[in-house]
Amino acid sequence: MTADPHAVDRRTLLPLDPSLTPPGTGGFRDAGGIPADRWHADQHGETLVPTHCCFCGVQCGMYLRVDRGGKVFGVEPRNHDINRMRLCPKGVNAYQQVNHPDRLTAPLMRRSRDEELREVSWDEALDFTVSEIRRIQEAHGNDAFGVLGGASLFTEKSYLVGKFARVAVRTRHVDYNGRLCMVSAAGANKLAFNIDRAGNPFADILLTDCLLLAGANVGECFPVLTQYVWGARDRGATLIVVDPRETAVARTADIHVALKSGTDSAFFNSVLNVVIEEGLTDEDFLAAHATGWEEVKANAAHYPPSRAAEICGIPAEQIVQVARAFARAPKAMAFHARGIEHHTQGVENCLTVINLCTATGHLGKPGAGYGTLTGQGNGQGGREHGQKADLLPGGRSILNEEHRRQICEIWGIEESELPAAGTSMMEMVWQMQRREIRGLIGICNNPFVSLPNYSVVKDGYDSTEFHAQFDFFLSETAANAHVVFPVTIWAEDEGVMANAEARVVKHNKAQEPPAGVRTDTWVMCELARRLGAGDKFAFGGSRDVFEELRRASAGTIIDYSGITYERLEETGGIVWPCPSTDHPGTPRLFEDGTTYHTDGKVHMQVVEWHPPADPYDEEHPMTLTTGRTVAHFLSGNQTRRLGALVEQTPRPWAEVHPSHGFRNGEPVRVVTRRGSEVFPALVTEAIRPDTVFIPYHWPVPTAANALTIDALDPRSKIPEYKVCACRIEHAESIDEVPAPPVAPGHVAYPETQVSRTDPLPPTAPQGRGTSERS
Amino acid sequence: MMGRTMFIDPGRCIGCQACVSACRECDSHRGKSMIHLDYPDEGHSVASLPTVCMHCEDPVAPCAEVCPADAILVTADGVVQEADTTRCIGCANCVNACPFGVPKIDLQAKLQLKCNLCYDRTAYGLAPMCATVCPTGALYYGTVEELQAERPGVQVADTFVFGESEVRTGVAMVVPAERVRWPVPGGLPVVEINGKDVRR
Ligand code: SF4
Ligand code: SF4
Repeated sequence: MTADPHAVDRRTLLPLDPSLTPPGTGGFRDAGGIPADRWHADQHGETLVPTHCCFCGVQCGMYLRVDRGGKVFGVEPRNHDINRMRLCPKGVNAYQQVNHPDRLTAPLMRRSRDEELREVSWDEALDFTVSEIRRIQEAHGNDAFGVLGGASLFTEKSYLVGKFARVAVRTRHVDYNGRLCMVSAAGANKLAFNIDRAGNPFADILLTDCLLLAGANVGECFPVLTQYVWGARDRGATLIVVDPRETAVARTADIHVALKSGTDSAFFNSVLNVVIEEGLTDEDFLAAHATGWEEVKANAAHYPPSRAAEICGIPAEQIVQVARAFARAPKAMAFHARGIEHHTQGVENCLTVINLCTATGHLGKPGAGYGTLTGQGNGQGGREHGQKADLLPGGRSILNEEHRRQICEIWGIEESELPAAGTSMMEMVWQMQRREIRGLIGICNNPFVSLPNYSVVKDGYDSTEFHAQFDFFLSETAANAHVVFPVTIWAEDEGVMANAEARVVKHNKAQEPPAGVRTDTWVMCELARRLGAGDKFAFGGSRDVFEELRRASAGTIIDYSGITYERLEETGGIVWPCPSTDHPGTPRLFEDGTTYHTDGKVHMQVVEWHPPADPYDEEHPMTLTTGRTVAHFLSGNQTRRLGALVEQTPRPWAEVHPSHGFRNGEPVRVVTRRGSEVFPALVTEAIRPDTVFIPYHWPVPTAANALTIDALDPRSKIPEYKVCACRIEHAESIDEVPAPPVAPGHVAYPETQVSRTDPLPPTAPQGRGTSERS
Repeated sequence: MMGRTMFIDPGRCIGCQACVSACRECDSHRGKSMIHLDYPDEGHSVASLPTVCMHCEDPVAPCAEVCPADAILVTADGVVQEADTTRCIGCANCVNACPFGVPKIDLQAKLQLKCNLCYDRTAYGLAPMCATVCPTGALYYGTVEELQAERPGVQVADTFVFGESEVRTGVAMVVPAERVRWPVPGGLPVVEINGKDVRR
């Protein structure tokens, strides 16, 4: 160590220097971890701000490293209950977004789409937006203007999106991109249990004897959860994976059911059939705690393994094996994700899993129950407090008069002023195409990449007369807008998110936003003020909004009233419902077998399998399925700018089975009824011969979603991303494989911030021992 | 073998490369990763396997043994350090000598770079960055007893044979356990359920 007083290794445990602590983090103590105040200085005089990853629904705890100048410059793992130091590559690299050169730092505007976007003052951007809202609404009615939110927003901001749309813009058209995430699971859970969340905490995975993962690519989408999965395996639990691809978790499963996409409900009905045939049901549990069992049982009789095996394209033996392993295990758990949810039968698929858990009595016990794995960081919290078309805060229904009255009282408006239910995200795009919706504000979402059937989406957005977008990077969707508001990134504001366990965790502010950038809260409140609703939006920041949200949720099932920022800072998070400040939260549901229906029972539902929306024919005999890669997040607007992640996965590919005669890297044309695109082939036995897989994080001309179908589940209105009919062809030449386009507004691609020193030269010396691959 | 060391458990690796990214964050090699990931059965399986410096012990680490400038030092606790920048001549002998493919050469700086087990962290009792973040525990830092307490029955291997020569390492590979398992009841193949042939 040198004589410089700051040149102390940060591992030497120095006492806290209060001058280095940003406001709101003093005395912060990690749940079961290292007290933050022992970690506060190194050669840069850095501060560690405890917070959480901004990406997926695991919400791993992390520290952001903040230098003396108050800038975020790195990450340090954090021993939080959820992740116990672990992070996936997205989490490790997330901090690089904060001071990324692509950040938007001034509002952008143009009066028509023929013009270029140019930087303008906040006043000009806000005034133009307000005058356009007024113009469109005066000419075509209030509902001609729509608002689309996002599930990466803090819960406070999601709450505000719902209130902003209904009270300030006074439109019924508000929805959010969580619609593309786990609404099928939400719908199923509401039908069966009347509560919209997972039943068990992640920690229960460690206690189970049989873990069933259905359509959940845990290795790539929720990597940090694998420590729980492997932990269960270590103590001898049977691992069952239902997935058309051999994923990293499927590779080590005891039973990997590689069924054909779009056949999940037939499979689970058949598993139930075997459970019944073999007398493995828990009749006591069913008699005491379930309704609809007789009907479900009668329906399961139509799905003998021989029939289901044919539908699903798997050996009938596997169905029997799964039934026995799951039903005979002393404790069994089922987790599902987009694989079974992204279907026109998404809600029903989830219901068949719930039927199985209920029939076998695997519910509400340590190590026994169900869960859904949220894709977006706040996919859970984002819909709890009224950002969704049909929901008011606290999960109240916008159709219920009593619920409407309660919320109007809190919002200080007349019930007659509160609009009716709106339509879902994809339906709003169709309405934009039909010019029923003529203006739109999008808040931190990127439908140009994330919605299916790109040409419809583009047409819808192009048809709008006015489109404003909030974002911190110029996304593909923002590049289409008339006004782009530059807003804060997660590390520049405080707020809460609810992870896939419904555990509410608090994110802390680690640095001041760049000059010219405002919080989403500020922009919404300012727009509301200019629209004449300022008195209803007098919020100073997240804390104020959270206080109103707590009151608005009191007495509902999604009760946040006992959760305070202070409690969240002291604990590893609190799981709702939490009705009072001395209530510990509710990590596990139904421990006494009682659900949230008025009769306290599980309402089992009959599910009839039906084929996917896009029919197979001679021209389109194969299945196209889409999904994610571990390096990228959703539409890629955030991760496609981070050098290390781009380097790890620079572009999409088409995964095909060797039986089609492609060589690795050869161009393969994938053709669906929506169009065709060319990708390099990834030839692997890890996929069914009748199936092609493309990861979806890239825009056209390498967009999986240019090919997928915009058919929706009738109840949850989730698009059927996971299956459509396709064919594959040899493309003429490698020149036909387009490079993924550079993200709009990208200034330094892809080397940006790979490192703080120069990266290794591209050509390391040849010979044994060189390691260019890393 | 060292007391606390790194264990590599390939059965758990999901190929996520969090270790690769985390290695770039470590203070020793800011921005450069010293880890590489192998896909041993590409095209057939998604299996992956991380390689970190094995900190060879016996007789002396091959990289250190061949270094003409005596730049690669081994600490008393068995950590093979990266080349001392005041001695390294960038000759790449170590790159060629390492049987695990670990050291790299920064061509511009003409210096060797390799994993030094995050000495700035491990010297203070913290795990190396890669083993800290590895979401699956495929990279694990601790003692063999701690490892076995967490993963009942696993064995470890710390000796590797390359042709004629044998190398003993300070970092060990985890050999899968003959685990006590909740058996998949019923077994394969199932032809009948309650007397009915389910395959018809
Ligand atoms: S993306 Fe998910 S798994 Fe990865 S670090 Fe963030 S929260 Fe954890
Ligand atoms: S972080 Fe762990 S699981 Fe991921 S690639 Fe590295 S060793 Fe494998």
